[in-house]
Amino acid sequence: MIESILQYDFLQNAFLSGIIIGIIAPLLGVFIVVRRLSLIADALSHVTLAGIAGSLYLSQSVTAFATLNPIYLGIVSAVGGSVLIERLRRLYKHFEELAIPIIMSAGLGMSAIFISLAQGFSADLFSYLFGSVSAVSRQDLWIVLGIAILVFAFIFIFYKELFVLSFDEDYAKASGLPAKTIHLLFMVVTALVIAASMRIVGILLVSSLITLPVAASIRIAKGFKQTIFFAILFGELAVIIGLVTAFYLNLAPGGTIVVTSILILLLVIMIKKIVMAIRAKD
Amino acid sequence: MAQKPLIELQDVSFQYEYTNVLRDISLSVREGDFLALLGPNGSGKSTLLKIILGLLKPTKGTVKLFGEPGSTFKHREWIGYVSQKSNSFNSGFPATVKEVVASGLTKKIGLFKRRLPDQQAKVIESLKAVGMEQFANRNIGELSGGQQQRVFIARALVAEPKLLILDEPTVGIDHENVQSFYDMLTDLNERHHMTMILVTHDVDTVSDTISHVACLNQTIHFHGFKDDYDSLSDDQLNAWYGHAVRKIHHDNKEKQK
Ligand SMILES: Nc1ncnc2c1ncn2[C@@H]1O[C@H](COP(=O)(O)OP(=O)(O)OP(=O)(O)O)[C@@H](O)[C@H]1O
Ligand SMILES: [Mg+2]
Repeated sequence: MIESILQYDFLQNAFLSGIIIGIIAPLLGVFIVVRRLSLIADALSHVTLAGIAGSLYLSQSVTAFATLNPIYLGIVSAVGGSVLIERLRRLYKHFEELAIPIIMSAGLGMSAIFISLAQGFSADLFSYLFGSVSAVSRQDLWIVLGIAILVFAFIFIFYKELFVLSFDEDYAKASGLPAKTIHLLFMVVTALVIAASMRIVGILLVSSLITLPVAASIRIAKGFKQTIFFAILFGELAVIIGLVTAFYLNLAPGGTIVVTSILILLLVIMIKKIVMAIRAKD
Repeated sequence: MAQKPLIELQDVSFQYEYTNVLRDISLSVREGDFLALLGPNGSGKSTLLKIILGLLKPTKGTVKLFGEPGSTFKHREWIGYVSQKSNSFNSGFPATVKEVVASGLTKKIGLFKRRLPDQQAKVIESLKAVGMEQFANRNIGELSGGQQQRVFIARALVAEPKLLILDEPTVGIDHENVQSFYDMLTDLNERHHMTMILVTHDVDTVSDTISHVACLNQTIHFHGFKDDYDSLSDDQLNAWYGHAVRKIHHDNKEKQK
């Protein structure tokens, strides 16, 4: 495996991108999960799909866009979607979750139109839907790295504000924190992480990499910092095991990564149960 | 006594979509006051506090904080707040008690800075003040309701606010600890000149602690010194808000002891 990675550029791209995503998706995921925004991540990933499908169609039909990396339009539509969701959430104050199906169906609907307009990019599309080991380009890797730096900077700078905002929104507002601005930034960063992750895990499974490691971590962590630590650990484990299996068995990495995350989650739940039972006995 | 008013409300009215909740409220709270805000359920006490805190905008009238218009007031860290039975917070949240209390320093530390040099000591000190220091490393979700409430009080104290706003803070706290909690408030008020606004239904217990009383039922029916409140007649009080709020009965209190 190591030799193959050293030998093939595409494997380097996939593994390095995977390792970066294994950190940023669960890191942001902790905030997403505790704020109960997991479904929003899902909605955003469908909007990203619309951007990707639109871009694939453009590059087929307009020669000027023939070499356009679809990730750019993916990022644009994800960020646009995140801003729209916020708008809708404010509009439907008492039915905030209505924003999710609205945006989700808009994303899927547009995707369906672009996909049926353009015949014959099914292989490309498959790799965007379920991830790919071989399709990650050097350019993708740089984009992922750039997004990761933004995510780290955002969380480093606003850690304590994000903490208060996630724990107790009313209190955050009463303390005079710029809650609205930080929340909007948060949504935009979430959109970026989704766009970055889809190359490896695929659009349909992005939200799993954001939520499953956190779900496992919450079972065992003490305190918020530990929750972040374990989430990243589990996310990284899932990505590496998932990518290696995908490579050897020639499977879509989205599938192997998500199945590994689920196994980790089950294992953590089981171990916790056993430990509790043993403690209860003494 | 020429203390400056920390809070000045002028002709404040408020309505939630269709229901009028507050009407023409003018109220000023001066530095060092210990004000008890009384009124039956639904009389608008929590709403009034939220207007003071800037969580709600009055439909009419003006709010001034520390002499500045509420909308441009920048020093929110001077105001500590314990909300009514904190159900705004997320109960499964994976954070330790220490992390929750430290989050009370967020505004004081300021944007783009990470922590105070003596943060740890401050957090432990305010946990001690509410008798929760032995739970510092527990997850907040593993505590009882009363214990959580005490942690939220510690979160409000940790930034050493000049004004502390408490919305029925002792609900869920047992009798013994209620007394020591009010003793602590008295101490903060008298020795540290912390100004207090306290919403409570338990007038008897706080009567030794407070300096002023305001009676609210949509509008302010009475605002003045505690002694003047004491001399109001029962008929007067009943006219304002039925039998929901009792007068402070000192003789009752003696009998209970
Ligand atoms: N979010 C809301 N939307 C609409 N009406 C509300 C809302 N919150 C409160 N109200 C109404 O406003 C009135 C005042 O409520 P408020 O919570 O200020 O009362 P309170 O004096 O704090 O009562 P309590 O003693 O029960 O805490 C009530 O009639 C209530 O029904
Ligand atoms: Mg109330």
